[in-house]
Amino acid sequence: MTTVTPRRGWRVRRVRSGRTPWILVVPAVVGVLFLVLPFAGLLVRAPWPTMGARVTDPAVLSALWLSLSTASAATAVSLLFGVPLAWLLARTRFPGRRFVRALVTVPLVIPPVVGGVALLLVLGRNGLVGRYLDAWFGLTLPFTPTAVVIAQVFVAMPFLVISVEGALRGADRRYEEAAATLGASRATVFARVTLPMVLPGIAAGAALCWARALGEFGATITFAGNFPGTTQTMPLAVYIAMQRDPEAAIVLSLVLLLVSLAVLVTLRERWVNAR
Amino acid sequence: MRETAPRRARPVRPARGVLAVPAAALLGLTACGAQDTAGTGDGLSGELTVLAAASLTDVFTGIAGSFEEEHPGVDVTLSFAGSSELAQQINSGAPADVFASANTSTMAQVVQGEGLDSAWAAEHGENGLVFATNTLRIAVPPDNPAGIGSVADLAEDGVQVAFCAEDVPCGAATRTAMEASGVQVTPVTLEEDVRAVLTKVELGEVDAGLVYASDVIAADGRVEGLDFPEAEEAVNDYPIGVPATSEAPGLAAAFIDAVTSQTGSAVLDDAGFGTP
Repeated sequence: MTTVTPRRGWRVRRVRSGRTPWILVVPAVVGVLFLVLPFAGLLVRAPWPTMGARVTDPAVLSALWLSLSTASAATAVSLLFGVPLAWLLARTRFPGRRFVRALVTVPLVIPPVVGGVALLLVLGRNGLVGRYLDAWFGLTLPFTPTAVVIAQVFVAMPFLVISVEGALRGADRRYEEAAATLGASRATVFARVTLPMVLPGIAAGAALCWARALGEFGATITFAGNFPGTTQTMPLAVYIAMQRDPEAAIVLSLVLLLVSLAVLVTLRERWVNAR
Repeated sequence: MRETAPRRARPVRPARGVLAVPAAALLGLTACGAQDTAGTGDGLSGELTVLAAASLTDVFTGIAGSFEEEHPGVDVTLSFAGSSELAQQINSGAPADVFASANTSTMAQVVQGEGLDSAWAAEHGENGLVFATNTLRIAVPPDNPAGIGSVADLAEDGVQVAFCAEDVPCGAATRTAMEASGVQVTPVTLEEDVRAVLTKVELGEVDAGLVYASDVIAADGRVEGLDFPEAEEAVNDYPIGVPATSEAPGLAAAFIDAVTSQTGSAVLDDAGFGTP
């Protein structure tokens, strides 16, 4: 550090002190520990000898299957509505757009249980909309897997919309303009040019959305109720198990953790880092 | 999962509708306090931490308020949560001078863990003192749209029923009662606690739910309660005790005396609990 030549100034300094500065490393390590230690706690306390039997318990498998299928359905629904919504927010101007964008992100910050209460009051059997669904079509949503999917879409779709909107804003618009000047309709431009361009963003958003839906708890237990095989997803099973049998809750948590990790790692490698 | 920050007794405002019960208790206890200890004071003072089952929220808020009125030097901190959660807290060293549980098995966890204060236990019992009982009732929305009249009606096609999950005390009681009735009911949901069942009934999302008599009273007309004979098979005992870790066992004993006093019993009775 003492050999800094006056002419090249700070550049040399930076290159020569190329070691990672401990003042950043220490807090970063603490941060990682804080995130990882709770999971280590799960691993340490897990009842390994009975693990096999517990994991293959039909009740566990049914909760896991319900979680995986509803989270996937919720992601599909979010893609169906979320991508056009993101396009509208990123590429058009309409009155109240900023307000709509704020609204879209509300489920990110409100407690999910609030979402569950709102859904119950709107779509429940006696809800604002739900009472007509019941009266006209005999359709009641609470206590059905559909209700689980609705709760998951409510909390998870904003993740998708935000990712896709960001991707759309970052994408180079010249390709779209070129396609348009060559006579492609707006829909064609979207389907053939825009969509392929932002596909990694959509995939990343979908992965986040799926993971968030998989972990959904508050809105689900409030709106969809809790019945094994119908509405009891993994997070609900964990919570209920914790009331009486903490070991079972640990096993369920580990399973959910492994599944989420596996999917997120795979998807990130495939879509996000590959760019 | 659920945070239960200890609550100060005084600022807690009971929910609308249940206000009448603690208010009456307040007047009652203050009146007798004034008679018994007029001007003398009994020297009771200090901090008292009371951990009580969530179903006792209204009752204990009222009793604690009167207790503080009666003993101006005493500061009661109340913490309400599920009994098993509280038992875990006590056994992990959380400060607790009084523990009131919604069932005997949860009290047993504390007895086997930290144990009860030996002097108090010698006088009132090794496993705590049962001070209240609670009986299951069928709760239905006010106009009883599904026309529920008995346990058998719960098994009818198209009747939506909410129960407590078997893992929580009200669920265990529900199971006992349903086994006694011999009726096979398939609920649409197994809620995480009894108040969640009550809410689903209040909102009319289900046609009926099994809750405690005290919950029907707490709902203050927003649900109707129906008695059913099999409930007698599943009466729930509420034990109270002074954990061995208490730093104010004398004060704790005085608080428990207030709970089990005639006035305390009257408050419990008004709230729908049975008293031994």
